[in-house]
Amino acid sequence: MSLSVALRHRFAGFSLDVSIDAPPGVTVLFGHSGSGKSTVLNAVAGLLRPNAGRVVVDGTVLTDTARRIHLPPHRRRLGVIFQDGRLFPHLTVRQNLRYGRWFSPRAARRTAEAAVVEMLGIGSLLDRAPATLSGGERQRVAIGRALLAEPRLILADEPLSALDDDRKAEILPYLERLRDDWRVPMLYVSHSPAEVARIATTVVMLDAGRITRMGPAAEVLADPAAAGPGREAGAVIEATVAAHHPDGVTELRAGGRPLFLPTLAAPPGTRLRLRIAAADVMLARGQPQGLSALNILPGIVESVTDRGGAVLVRLSTGAGPILSRITRRSALQLGIAPGEALTAIVKSVAHDAADVGRAPRDDA
Amino acid sequence: MADWLSPAEWDALRLSLRVSFWATLVSLPFGLLVAHALARWRFPGHGLLNGLVHLPLVLPPVVTGYLLLLTFGRRGWVGQWLDQWFGIVFAFRWTGAVLAAAIMAFPLMVRAIRLSVEAVDPRLEQAAGTLGASGPWVWATVTLPLILPGVIAGAVLAFAKAMGEFGATITFVSNIPGQTQTLPSAIYSFLQVPGGEAPAARLVVISVVVAMSALVASEWLARRAMRRVQGR
Repeated sequence: MSLSVALRHRFAGFSLDVSIDAPPGVTVLFGHSGSGKSTVLNAVAGLLRPNAGRVVVDGTVLTDTARRIHLPPHRRRLGVIFQDGRLFPHLTVRQNLRYGRWFSPRAARRTAEAAVVEMLGIGSLLDRAPATLSGGERQRVAIGRALLAEPRLILADEPLSALDDDRKAEILPYLERLRDDWRVPMLYVSHSPAEVARIATTVVMLDAGRITRMGPAAEVLADPAAAGPGREAGAVIEATVAAHHPDGVTELRAGGRPLFLPTLAAPPGTRLRLRIAAADVMLARGQPQGLSALNILPGIVESVTDRGGAVLVRLSTGAGPILSRITRRSALQLGIAPGEALTAIVKSVAHDAADVGRAPRDDA
Repeated sequence: MADWLSPAEWDALRLSLRVSFWATLVSLPFGLLVAHALARWRFPGHGLLNGLVHLPLVLPPVVTGYLLLLTFGRRGWVGQWLDQWFGIVFAFRWTGAVLAAAIMAFPLMVRAIRLSVEAVDPRLEQAAGTLGASGPWVWATVTLPLILPGVIAGAVLAFAKAMGEFGATITFVSNIPGQTQTLPSAIYSFLQVPGGEAPAARLVVISVVVAMSALVASEWLARRAMRRVQGR
């Protein structure tokens, strides 16, 4: 899969000017509302005709304003997962799932309906009407419907933002499976750092219609300059499940260092991606004693960045780079400077259930 | 079983049913088109079209009938042309009664369909497009099923209205027994002659029964279709 997007578009009081070359995997367009991320997605989907631009998917030109090409949505073969599901109310779940398949070219029909139904766990819902489904069930059906249309690329427009936290945690694993087991390329719009940390392989940060940062997820999320305010800042590290201890703790290994989490369902050997919010990381000199926190990672200070009253410290540890948010006063008292050895005390790894996810495959 | 109505009364009933059936069927495609145009499209003349469609609702029926006669009569500018080139004649034929009934019932049909078109979420149609459905397919597989309750209600309402149409019909195609004498025209004729009250009363009962059945059937069909659409 390759996706290349170059767009220029003007609304009243807003202009968009972006150029994205997305590698395979899940590319997340991340930004606040009004940053232009949905506009990009709509332009790729063909729902919006940009003032100027080019959209190419797998060598097929979908839009090229210079050559007056703008394929209508139904000829683009892109599966869109909308925020509100948009299941057809007059059709059953099964009929909804088959809707796009019917219009897909026969030669492209490789995805087995049974496998999709099984993967999404919607076998018992097939004869139900969308009106009788819960929000989470509806979104699962919407994912299946997009997948079965045999799209070149799946476009997800904040597919979780209409759901509560429990439902989000319910859907995220399915999106990870789409990424890892089905290898479906995705362009994913989100304003939630936790979601980005979970499913992105590439992050494109947007602000006021411009790209502010673009790169591999772990890199961008650990970049203090790109970090958001408050709990939004946080790095991701990869870890492997080592053992489940009888006292309700799961031991993980990240770059040779042990990490302890409340029991996880994943079997030993599973590779996980964990989000560690910068606000949950304290810093200490030397080896701290007598702490209740279980997770202690020694590291070297890479950078110290002043961010609106607080300081973001980027620490290189054996488990990968992590971010810590501390007050300016603490930074001064500790005399933190790049190159120094410090210990990071992680108050809680993965504060929310949604902060623990599967690690994407390296070759994804 | 047929002897409780005289042959003339039977003729009137049969003709009315036939006229109403065709009036409904022929105006349905136009009703769908105009309802979509009014609900969805923005174009110059939008207000004019809306007014034109609703005109028969507010004009005296006799005026509508007279205008039809002027336009579609044998010497009318459209009627003359249709007669010459296609051999189609409306004046004083049952087909003329169909035309009159269709035009008089049209506003009711359009109103019902338009409301249902306005209730369809365009984002569902957009979703169908992203799944590979072209415009006509989107309409056939998403829009039409969703507006079906309104279409049924509109059609049945139009049928009932056509059954009762009198003023425009009698002005345009007169009141010829067996040809253009519909139920209301027959009732009118019976009431003009001494001793006509009994047959008139029978036809009145039939009119009431037909109109009531149409309304009940329209409600029932629309509710059934609505349940299907909302998936319950």
